[in-house]
Amino acid sequence: MSFQSVWFILIVVLWVGYFVLEGFDFGVGMLLPFVSRNEADRRAVLTTLGPVWDGNEVWLLVAGGATFAAFPEWYATLFSGFYLPLFLILVALIVRGVAFEYRSKYGKAQWRQRWDVAIVIASALPALLWGVAFANIVRGVPLEKSASGSIEYVGGFFNLLNPYALLGGVVTLTVFLTHGAHFLALKTAGEIRVKAHDLAIKLGLVAAVSAVAFLVWSNLMLPSINAKFLTLSVATALLWVAGFGANYLRREGWAFIASSLAITTFVTGLFVALYPRVMPSSLGAQFDLTITNASSTDYTLKVMTVVAVVMTPVVLVYQGWTYWVFRKRVSAAQIMHPERGVLDTLPL
Amino acid sequence: MHALDLARWQFAITTVYHFLFVPITIGMSFLVAGLHTAWFRTNKLKYLRATKFFGRLFLINFAIGVVTGIVQEFQFGMNWSSYSRFVGDIFGAPLAIEGLLAFFLESTFLGLWIFGWDRLPKKVHLASIWLAATGTIFSAYFILAANAWMQHPVGYILNATKGRAELTNIFTVLTQKTAVVTFFHTIPSAAFTGAAFIAGVSAWLIIKKKDIEMSRVTLKAGLVTMLISFVLVGISGDLTSRVMTEQQPMKMAAAEALYTTTESAPFSLLTIGSLDGSRSVFQIDIPSVLSFLSTGDFKGVVEGVNDLQAKYVTQYGPGDYKPNIPLAYWSFRLMMGFGFIAAFFALLALWQLRKGGTPKGKWFAPAMISLPFLPLLANSFGWIFTETARQPWAVFGLIKTADGVSTVVSAGAVLFTMVVFTVLYGILAFIEVGLILRTIHIGPRPEEDYPVASLGGSDTRPLVMSY
Repeated sequence: MSFQSVWFILIVVLWVGYFVLEGFDFGVGMLLPFVSRNEADRRAVLTTLGPVWDGNEVWLLVAGGATFAAFPEWYATLFSGFYLPLFLILVALIVRGVAFEYRSKYGKAQWRQRWDVAIVIASALPALLWGVAFANIVRGVPLEKSASGSIEYVGGFFNLLNPYALLGGVVTLTVFLTHGAHFLALKTAGEIRVKAHDLAIKLGLVAAVSAVAFLVWSNLMLPSINAKFLTLSVATALLWVAGFGANYLRREGWAFIASSLAITTFVTGLFVALYPRVMPSSLGAQFDLTITNASSTDYTLKVMTVVAVVMTPVVLVYQGWTYWVFRKRVSAAQIMHPERGVLDTLPL
Repeated sequence: MHALDLARWQFAITTVYHFLFVPITIGMSFLVAGLHTAWFRTNKLKYLRATKFFGRLFLINFAIGVVTGIVQEFQFGMNWSSYSRFVGDIFGAPLAIEGLLAFFLESTFLGLWIFGWDRLPKKVHLASIWLAATGTIFSAYFILAANAWMQHPVGYILNATKGRAELTNIFTVLTQKTAVVTFFHTIPSAAFTGAAFIAGVSAWLIIKKKDIEMSRVTLKAGLVTMLISFVLVGISGDLTSRVMTEQQPMKMAAAEALYTTTESAPFSLLTIGSLDGSRSVFQIDIPSVLSFLSTGDFKGVVEGVNDLQAKYVTQYGPGDYKPNIPLAYWSFRLMMGFGFIAAFFALLALWQLRKGGTPKGKWFAPAMISLPFLPLLANSFGWIFTETARQPWAVFGLIKTADGVSTVVSAGAVLFTMVVFTVLYGILAFIEVGLILRTIHIGPRPEEDYPVASLGGSDTRPLVMSY
C-alpha cells in the first residue's frame, strides 16, 4: 500500500475520532435547555463534558494539521474554498469553548442565560455545517486549474448550499443530537437521564429518516454501484437501528457504542466513496484532487507515519483512561450551590 | 485595501492576540505545578490555597488561548493557501506533530487535573498538571521549529515542477540552531511572563492586606523566577541576535537602522530617520556595541540596509528587500525596554522583601500593577519585530508574503472575517479581564473551604469540581 493510501486512512481515522467525540459534545450542547429544568440540571449536563470536551476538539486540530502535512493541496484548496463555512465553524468553536469555561464562574442569571444561548447556537452551527461541508466534498464542487497550475475552488458560498449538502447538514445535526442524548442518558442520573432517553427516541427517528434518505441519494449519485460504500451504508443503518433499540430498552452503554459505531461507518463510507479522490471536481475529472496529486512527498509521509503509528495508540490509551476516570454518572444533586458562581463559593 | 494587506492585518491581529495568552499559559502551568508539588510535599494549606487560586486564574486565561489557537491553524489554509501549497510538505509536519504530541497531552491532562481532585490518587493528580505543562513545552518546540524554518529554511529541496519546497531531512528542520535558540529564548520569556503575572497578583493581595502569608511566598517565587528567566532570556537573546545576523543580516540592520555596512558598528539608542526611511537624520549611539551584539566582536563588520538591498537585487532579482525599518527599529527596542523595566521592578521588590521586609514606597503599587503587562508588551513587540523584519519574505529567500496569499478569497471576505474576529476577540478580552479581576478581588479562599477530597467518587456525593 502506498504512503498516500496510508495517510488517506489516517485522515479518515482522525475525522471519525473527531465526529464520534465532538459529535456528542455538539449534541449535549444543543440539548442543554431541553433536558434541564433548573440550574443544577444545567450544570450537571455541562459537567459531563467538562473533563473531555477540549481533548475531543483536539481531534479536529490534528485532522487539520495532518491534512496540511500529508495533503497540502487538499488542505489549501478546501480551506480557502470553503472559506465562509469554516469561518463560521471557527467563530462557533471559539464562543462555545469560552462559554463552557466561563458560564458557571459567575452566578448572575442573565450572564448564564446568555452563555446558554451561545452554547446552543455554537453547538448547532458546526454540527450542521460539517455535514454541509462533507456532503459537498462527496458531491463534488467546482474546482478548476488556476493559471499557476494549482487546483482551486471557483464556486461561491451559495454553491455550497445545494439540497444534497443541506440534507447532509440535517443528517449530522440530527445524528449528533441523538448521539448526545445517548451520551447524556449514559452519563447522568435522575430526571436528566429520563429526558435524554425520551429525546433520543424522537431524535433517533428523525435522524434515521434523514440519514437513510442521504445515504440512498449518495449511493445513487455515484456513476456505478460502489459495493464497499453500499455495505458501509447498510451497516450504518443497521447500527443506527441497534442503537435505537438499545436506547429503547434502556441499555444506555450499548446505545452510545452503537451510535458511535454508526458515525464511524457513516464517515468511513463517505471517504470510501471518495477514494482515491479527496476532493472531486464537478467540472471534470481532470480537475479532481486525488491522494496522488494532492499529497506530500513520500519522505514526509514516511516521517509522519512513524509519528502517527507511535503516538496515536498512546493518545487513545490516555484519552480512553480519562473516560474511565470520569465514568460515574453526574446528577443534579451533586452540584453544590448551583446558583452561585464557581468563583464565589466553591473551591475549584 | 487588497486581500493581501487585509490578510496580513488579520494574521497580525489574531496572532498577537493569541500570543498574549500562550506565554502566560506556558509559564503559569509550570508555576502552578510547582505550587501543587509544594503542597504535595509539605501538606501546608498555604500551598494548596495558592495552587487553587492561581489555578483558577490560569484556567480563565487558558480558555482563550485554546480557542484562539484553532484560528491559527485554519488561517494558513484559509488566507494563505498559496503559501500552504508551497510549504505544506515541510511546514505541515511540525504542525501535525504538535497536535498529536502536545495538544492531546495538554488538553487531556488539564481536564484530568481540573476535575480530578476527588477522582485521582494524589500522586497521579499531581502528575497530570506536570504532563499538561510538558505538553505546552512540546507545543512551543514544534511551532517554533516551523517558524524557524520560515526564518531560515533548511533540510529541503525546491521542486520546480510542483513549484514547492520539499522536505529532505526532518531532523535538520527540528534541530537547526535557529529553532534551538528561538526555543531557549521563548520558553524563558514565557516563564518570565507567567511569573510576572503571579508576582503582580500576589503583590496586589499584599497591598490589599489579604492572605499575606500565602502572597509573600508566591510573590517571592514569582520574582525569583522572573530574575532567573530574565538572565536566560538575555543569554538566549544574545545568541538569537548572532544567529539572526548570520542568517538574516537585513533584519539586524533594520533593527539598528544601520544603513551602510560598518566595522565596529555602534548600538543606537535613538534614531530619527528621513521620511522615506532610506537614511537616518539624527542618532544617539554607543560605539561598537552593535558589532559585539551581532558578531561577538567589538570590531566585527555589520552589513547595512542599503548594501544588503543592492546585494539581494543581484541575488533574487529586482525588488524592495527592505522591511519597515522604523517598525523594526522601535519594536526591537520596545521588546528589550519592557523586559528590562519588568526585571528592574522585580529586582527592586525582591530587594525590599529580603529578611522579612515589606516593600514600601509610592512606586510599589503602580510597579506591581504594571508587572503582568510589561512582559506581554515585550513578547508582542518581539514577535512583531521577528515577523515584520523578515518581510518581504514569508520564507526567507524562498517565497514572498505577497505570493503566499489565497487567490480565490476576495478582499471583502477577508475584511469581513477580520472585523468579526477583531470584535469577537475584543469582547472576549473584556470578559476575560473582568473574570480575572473578580477572581483576584475575591482572593484565595479561607481554609475551611477545602473539604478533604476522598477518592472514588459516587453518584451522590457532592462534586469537588463542576461546570
